[in-house]
Amino acid sequence: MSDFVEAKSPVLSLRGLTTVFKTDLGVVKAVDGLDLDLPAGATLGIVGESGCGKSTVGLSIMRLIPEPPGRIACGEMLFEGEDLTKLSNREMRFVRGNKISMIFQEPMTSLNPVLRIGEILSGVIRAHQKVPRKMAWEKSIEALDKVRIPSPHIRINDYPHEMSGGMRQRVMIALAICCDPGLIIADEPTTALDVTIQAQILSLLGRIKKALGTSIILITHDLGVIAENTEKVAVMYAGRLMECAETEALFDSPLHPYTQGLVLTVPRLGSRKEKQSRLNVIPGLVPNLLSLGPGCHFADRCNQVMEVCWRQKPEICMQDEKHLVRCWRYA
Amino acid sequence: MQGVADNTIRREIPRQTFRSLAWRRFLRHRLALAGTVIVVAIVLMAVFAPWLAPHDPNHVDIMLAREGPSSGHPLGSDLVGRDVLSRLIFGARVSLSVGLLAVGVYVVIGLILGCVAGYFGGWVDMIVSRLVDAVLSFPSLMLILVIVGLLGPSVLNIILVLGFLGWPEMARIVRGQTLAVREELYVLSSEAAGAPSGRIVFKDILPNIMSPVIVNATFGVARAILIEAGLSFLGMGVQPPTASWGNMLNDAQSLSILETMPWMWVPPGLMIFIATISINFMGDGLRDALDPKLN
Repeated sequence: MSDFVEAKSPVLSLRGLTTVFKTDLGVVKAVDGLDLDLPAGATLGIVGESGCGKSTVGLSIMRLIPEPPGRIACGEMLFEGEDLTKLSNREMRFVRGNKISMIFQEPMTSLNPVLRIGEILSGVIRAHQKVPRKMAWEKSIEALDKVRIPSPHIRINDYPHEMSGGMRQRVMIALAICCDPGLIIADEPTTALDVTIQAQILSLLGRIKKALGTSIILITHDLGVIAENTEKVAVMYAGRLMECAETEALFDSPLHPYTQGLVLTVPRLGSRKEKQSRLNVIPGLVPNLLSLGPGCHFADRCNQVMEVCWRQKPEICMQDEKHLVRCWRYA
Repeated sequence: MQGVADNTIRREIPRQTFRSLAWRRFLRHRLALAGTVIVVAIVLMAVFAPWLAPHDPNHVDIMLAREGPSSGHPLGSDLVGRDVLSRLIFGARVSLSVGLLAVGVYVVIGLILGCVAGYFGGWVDMIVSRLVDAVLSFPSLMLILVIVGLLGPSVLNIILVLGFLGWPEMARIVRGQTLAVREELYVLSSEAAGAPSGRIVFKDILPNIMSPVIVNATFGVARAILIEAGLSFLGMGVQPPTASWGNMLNDAQSLSILETMPWMWVPPGLMIFIATISINFMGDGLRDALDPKLN
């Protein structure tokens, strides 16, 4: 697998991406100097607790940060060699849904209730391709077929409320792939679904990635989902990248104390035998982004904290070629 | 195979669309139903006026002036001997067209400005909102009188004046609704799919804000009919010989007519009352039927 990741140049490179939100109490850096590479054809998982900036990364790449109060303050987002931050709104519109598409967390409310599935799908196709109405309709049926919706030529006439949550998420995926994008950003695509449907949706995404050669960014807080569906993982905390490695390496030898904590929090079957009747937790809460100290943001919750951690911000350091970590212990 | 089985099951369940649910809620609303029946009757009356009216509404017959109800003229005749019933039937045309067209004008203006302000926000919103405030702070009746006085009273001018003065309230409603719907996830997902803003406004936002617009427009029709009647009563509205319920009441400005010739003013007064209250009942029913919170 490592050869696979290595062989291709990244389809998306984030360099120093910083997204800020202006609030009444001050400016919040929701994403703070993020450097990240997504190898072509791979799935990158972004993991972290609520409010750590995962979703903001996704919206920043789509340039859909609500503005104001939000703003991409600095940084580069190179997608297929083009800096997305420099595109005009008009150019960006052709990227969205066409080259990069996004799947949201809430399939129940992500589809316009007054339009039929076919109208939604063919509308997106016609926004990007100059095809006649009828052909867009045919393509929509094809897209529904690709996401394995049974009898797509009938379902295409359904309204969203006539479909279940899992079906609607399939429609969202159909919407995301109908223009053959190079990158799909899936922001917690399965959080609102129950576990069996969750597995179906994730395996569907995996199949689509293989069939179409699309790269995927999978944003989630579920380490189980990460372990099974990604090749590379980025761990975020308080807007910063804490650790980034290939999935196996990260789970085999997590370096950052935060990652170690996260991996330990996953409940394991049989752990009772080890006289562990309680689940592991990382003590404390995600810090308020308005009142961050000068040092490492994780310091107050870290079980291996050192004196320097409070004083100075750790830089990213390369543990080995593909394993990056932001921690004083490895500096 | 599984798909085929799926379809046979689906065929047996009737589709519960928003429209069918709303329609059923509307039918349950007795007053609204009664109102609608009356409104439909008035509309039919207006459309088929030439066939329904027993006489030419503008035919003057001095010999018949001030005659009370008789078999030939069931509602009697007015000061110059025109048949009151015929004028009443033709008057429905004026009232309804003023109501519908004036509201049509301001719904279009209100929808466009409200949607643009709500969706794009920023300085566009600023300008539209201040314009709304400005127009709303004019004393409207005085303004109407002045404009009609300057342009000359006619059906078309009344429609235009009511249309161009009525839009701010509609724009405000549309703007508020647009602001709310803009936050819906399906708008974000449309944006994420690269839909052009025209499509987002017309396909994602407009259809989802139509309920309050329809309800408000219904009440607006009733209000426009009242204003037209008021203007015509004052002599600033529809000019004789064209019949309108308002200018028929104009005759009732004289005390002797008010006291001794009720056939000249009671019927048009009643028609105005019945038409507006029926439309308002209909609006009430629509409001209850279209309110998504009652689902």
